[in-house]
Amino acid sequence: MAAETLSLPATEAAQRKRLLIGALLIALGLGMILLFLPDSEAEQTAKFGMNLVGSAAIKIPDLVVPVQASLYILSLVVVFVGAFHMARGVRSSGALFGIVALAFVGAFLVWATKGKSFSLIGMLSSSLVRATPIALAALCGVISERAAVVNIGIEGIMLISAQAAVVAATVTKSLGLGMLIGILMGGLIAAIHAFLVIRFKVDQIVSGVAINIFAAGITSFISSKYLQEQGDLLNNSGTFPIIQIPLLSRIPILGPIFFENNIVVYLMMLIVIVMHIVLYYTPWGLRTRAVGEHPKAADTLGVNVFFVRYVNVIVGGMIAGLGGVYFTLGSVGRFDEIMTAGKGFIGLAAMISGNWNPIGAFLASLIFGFADSLQVKMQILATPIPWQFLAMAPYLITMVVLTGVIGRAIPPAADGQPYEKQ
Amino acid sequence: MATPPNSQETRNAASPAASPPRPGVARYVSGSAAQALLVPVLAVFVGLLLGGVVIAATDAGVAAVFRAFSADPGGVFRAIWQAVVKGYGALFYGSIGSPREMLDGYRIYLETGDNKALLKAIYPFTESLTTATPYIFAGLAVALGFRCGLFNIGAEGQFFIGALGAAFVGYSISGLPAFLHLPLALLGGALAGAVWGAVPGYLKARFGAHEVVNTIMMNWIAFRLSDWLLTGPMQAAGFRPVTPNIKMTAALPRFFEDPLRFNWGFILALVMAYVVYWLLFKTTIGFEIRAVGANPDGAKYAGINVVRNFVLVMTLSGALAGLAGTAQVLGVDHWVGQGFSAGYGFDSIALALLGKSHPLGVVLAALLFGFLRSGATRMQSLAGIPIDIISIIQGLVIIFVAAPALIRWLFRIPVPTAEETVLTRGWGK
Amino acid sequence: MPPVLELRNITKAFPGVLANDHINLDLNEGEIHCLLGENGAGKTTLMNILYGLYKPDEGEIYVRGKKAEIHDPNDAIALGIGMVHQHFMLVPVMTVTENVMLGVEEKRYGLFLDRAKVAARIRELSQLYGLEVDPNRYIKDLPVGIQQRVEIIKVLYRQADILILDEPTAVLTPQEVEGLFKVLRSLVAKGKSIIFITHKLKEVMALADRITVLRNGRTVGTVTPSEVTPEKLAAMMVGREVNLVVSKQEAHPTEPALEVKDLYVADERGNLAVRGVSFDVRLGEILGIAGVQGNGQTELVYALTGLLPIQAGKVRILGQPIRSTSPRAILERGVAHVPEDRQRHGLILSFPIHDNFVLCTYFWPLFARGLRLQEKAIYENAQKLVEQFDVRTPSIFVPASSLSGGNQQKVIVAREFSRPIRLLIASQPTRGLDVGSIEYIHNRILEKRDQGTAILLVSSELDEIMALSDRIAVMYRGQIVDIVPAAQATKESIGLLMAGIHPDEAMKAAPTRPGEVERVF
Repeated sequence: MAAETLSLPATEAAQRKRLLIGALLIALGLGMILLFLPDSEAEQTAKFGMNLVGSAAIKIPDLVVPVQASLYILSLVVVFVGAFHMARGVRSSGALFGIVALAFVGAFLVWATKGKSFSLIGMLSSSLVRATPIALAALCGVISERAAVVNIGIEGIMLISAQAAVVAATVTKSLGLGMLIGILMGGLIAAIHAFLVIRFKVDQIVSGVAINIFAAGITSFISSKYLQEQGDLLNNSGTFPIIQIPLLSRIPILGPIFFENNIVVYLMMLIVIVMHIVLYYTPWGLRTRAVGEHPKAADTLGVNVFFVRYVNVIVGGMIAGLGGVYFTLGSVGRFDEIMTAGKGFIGLAAMISGNWNPIGAFLASLIFGFADSLQVKMQILATPIPWQFLAMAPYLITMVVLTGVIGRAIPPAADGQPYEKQ
Repeated sequence: MATPPNSQETRNAASPAASPPRPGVARYVSGSAAQALLVPVLAVFVGLLLGGVVIAATDAGVAAVFRAFSADPGGVFRAIWQAVVKGYGALFYGSIGSPREMLDGYRIYLETGDNKALLKAIYPFTESLTTATPYIFAGLAVALGFRCGLFNIGAEGQFFIGALGAAFVGYSISGLPAFLHLPLALLGGALAGAVWGAVPGYLKARFGAHEVVNTIMMNWIAFRLSDWLLTGPMQAAGFRPVTPNIKMTAALPRFFEDPLRFNWGFILALVMAYVVYWLLFKTTIGFEIRAVGANPDGAKYAGINVVRNFVLVMTLSGALAGLAGTAQVLGVDHWVGQGFSAGYGFDSIALALLGKSHPLGVVLAALLFGFLRSGATRMQSLAGIPIDIISIIQGLVIIFVAAPALIRWLFRIPVPTAEETVLTRGWGK
Repeated sequence: MPPVLELRNITKAFPGVLANDHINLDLNEGEIHCLLGENGAGKTTLMNILYGLYKPDEGEIYVRGKKAEIHDPNDAIALGIGMVHQHFMLVPVMTVTENVMLGVEEKRYGLFLDRAKVAARIRELSQLYGLEVDPNRYIKDLPVGIQQRVEIIKVLYRQADILILDEPTAVLTPQEVEGLFKVLRSLVAKGKSIIFITHKLKEVMALADRITVLRNGRTVGTVTPSEVTPEKLAAMMVGREVNLVVSKQEAHPTEPALEVKDLYVADERGNLAVRGVSFDVRLGEILGIAGVQGNGQTELVYALTGLLPIQAGKVRILGQPIRSTSPRAILERGVAHVPEDRQRHGLILSFPIHDNFVLCTYFWPLFARGLRLQEKAIYENAQKLVEQFDVRTPSIFVPASSLSGGNQQKVIVAREFSRPIRLLIASQPTRGLDVGSIEYIHNRILEKRDQGTAILLVSSELDEIMALSDRIAVMYRGQIVDIVPAAQATKESIGLLMAGIHPDEAMKAAPTRPGEVERVF
């Protein structure tokens, strides 16, 4: 069929949908005024900290904004966007929802901070940190699913790696060795998954679920049998130190967010870049994508479909293993049962909304990290909303993302299907 | 019609005379009944075997002798054997009880009319059946989903919300007679679970959002919500985050006096298993569900509303999982606390797979798991083996059940003629 | 000089079928050797063995006189063997360059893909053999004819000198077939050797240097075109005298059963696939829709049967407009649908045959009382249809997946034809079937027409369309180029229409005698 993607003159249904969304946005904008304005005072200001304590970055003045004026402006932005959408239609639904979400979150922050001060940079920097395991899970998903193997056992892989890493690091007194063990453990579990789904054609989702159950069982088993009694000997590793990148860490705003982190965060960002280059600019990436889209075509050209899948799933497992390392060595220095708290699954949502490509998955992870960080900070600000509801935010966002209203993603064509080599 | 040119046709050209339909269950399992049972049984066997390896590997006694392996290799094997026997022995005793005590108790009861010893002897057995009760419901929930091609990993959350719903109806209404209050409480629990299942079902039907991720997300939302409810609106007087006790008019009646908790929930579960069987295999609704599960495109071609079936099945599945929680509250605990659902969600997946998504298979698998779980508590106290060993065994069992090829390879069993059914299809559209 | 390629005693069995039974074949340098056989004769299996995709149970392969071990496609490629598969082996979301270089990537700095170098080589090959293609286009944006060129370039890029083409003309218009033949002749002139797999007699006669006929997995014989007639080849291929002519009565069309006006339909990816189509089908006539596959026929049928939504336009069935796109609402108007993809739509493969017979009618009072399925009635219905439609099956309780393709299609035909229907929509009803089944289904379709049913027949087999239709509509890029009475249509004129070209009035041939149209397998 030819390339033309001619569209009809907008159908009635599309027209109605556009008007409805526009109207809803206008209502949201007006709602924001009603919701946020009433209990603020005319002269109130909100102070956003733009520096991080202990940061090497050059100090810049904090941002102080008038509450009511800001709320009016942000609400009107939403109203305007809604009206524009009704009148003309915004092509990119991503841009539409992006602007609205930004305005809403901004207004929410101003409202929550009114009369107080709040470290904006602190929150953004913790967003990146909290995005790290999600991004690593997402990257694991990207590399496996680009070769058409769905790995829903990422959560379990991270859990096992987290435990293995902390025990290894505590026993050997070497964080580096602990990290290595965690990564290798991730590769090992992924190898089992690959073996089951490629060699024995186990349903990929079932195998992943089995890994999750097994991981929850084995880590809890080891935890209650050994770690709880001998915590100091086995489950107390300390954490990776913060490394300040010379010069770059002195840049205001960007420095404290991106260039004052521990090694896991840096590795995550490095993997994003390397994976992008590998996927789109190297023979291995070309073969990987071919295997994910049309394995038979790749096979007839002499590409070893099974080999490509094994390698990608195992490398993915190692990346997820690094994600597991983050939970213990990169964060609290000890293992707690079920400490991954669904991050592996959120990572899969990030992968989907990032359209199965590394940079997209990273950006989506940042949004989840932001939501996660926001709910923690809001608990500190003591807003009247119960913290449990704020804590639902990342899960709710995941569900919204999966509906595809913010833009539909297309998975690799052969995703999830076993390959029969006759 | 010309002579058939295709050799396969020639082979099949035997007169199309019908062999009579095989009765009931056997018609729906691939191959013969024995073949259908073989893989699950072997899977459980291998799971227990590997569980034994874990027990032995983590046993202090084994570790102690192992250091002297070169001196006394036989001792190591003895120690391993002892560790495994001790562990699984405790498991057996904890789940079924001692046959001798039962006989003794029965004799005493016959002779003196005193049933205390008998009740004490059958306590572990009834406790296992009691433990199996929510498993039957939850296993049915996941199995029903599988039949429609849906993977409901959210039984955990549906269970929890169902339990809260039943508890709410149970404690907040007073003055109703039991014949009204109990059904109302059951309905409340089922309804709450149904809502929790319907949301991912709707999202799948309307937007094609994959139910696996969404049901997991609903689990976490359920946990946060229950955390809020139990520390706020639904908290009983005092500081503990638990609901008030339900009124006894809402409780499922028990068969024996305390401490035996065996109750009508078990019977209800068996009835529900039959209802699900009837629905799936004897009605047009089940025809549609199975058609959608086996081939959604084919079902759509046949005029079946595929997305409506997604919503329907997820709702029913949620209701069944909700009933699992309900049975636990109304029959056993009579209140709900934090962390109330002890891994039922994941267990139920193992159950459905092990039972080949057939209600009868699910009941058998649920009984097995009930006995394992119930015995494991005993195993933890007697042999010092953490109860999580059961999760390990379950994870292994799932892998082996889902990989019939692996089991066949291990045991050198020839490949059956019929194909296994495919459960899932990537991320959907 | 030894033959370039020699296959000796190749044998391959699949469960229940002996696909290749001691087959011998040799190919000389600079020769076009046609492998002729009907569907299921074992042609594709043989070539997949040669290409290393299947492992033979027995037999040897000699390349240029030397015994060759071919375990996977890499071995075949190394021996200079290249294959153009019946279903294209192209990754739609990649460019021509990426598809061509896959597996033999050129590298820069030993690490990165060198797309420019490969693109340049593709342009060279294009010029050399007259295979024009833009290396930077995405495959999904190219028409099938061009995709086939990419497949041939892929093979040439790997410097193959033995080319295997598996049913390459199935997706081409008659004029494109001519173009392909020209390319193939220029290839052999430059020293390449070609195995050409087909089931079409005319192509064989026009192209082959030698012909080897396969039947039921065995070699029937090797001949040259000058020694044989199409009738003789057909007999060799099928194993009995075949009637190359479909005899049918004059049609007596009455009132319109299906009226379509300005229909627009989008495919599953949201691209507009049907763009303003109008036609009608009357009771008692067959309207054939011809066209190269992928020109919107599939989406047209899906829209008419409720599987895809209608974007714009009007459809009336038996005078009543259809607005709701539910397949059941359409079915209940008396419409039957033989779908193009029988395994995806037509059957639930894991269901027993008796359930497949009631797939669309399980809720009828006959088969269900309230919610309860009436198993006895369902079994009786299945038993009746199995006998009536001669479905070869051990019992009605085996899953549909265990039947052969021809018998699966008979199950569908039996189910759809046994209802009281006024309109039949049949899409590729004989694709992939053996001659016996084709004859059977053709006769049933004609029978339905003579009983006064309106029939919309969609097929990419031009011969089938010409043999059965009373009128022929030709689709190209989502539009109907023209609708012509079958009696006035020639293969050439329809072929031009299939490429989107209106033939001049002068090109329309004199009417042939009604009632006798050649059927070529």
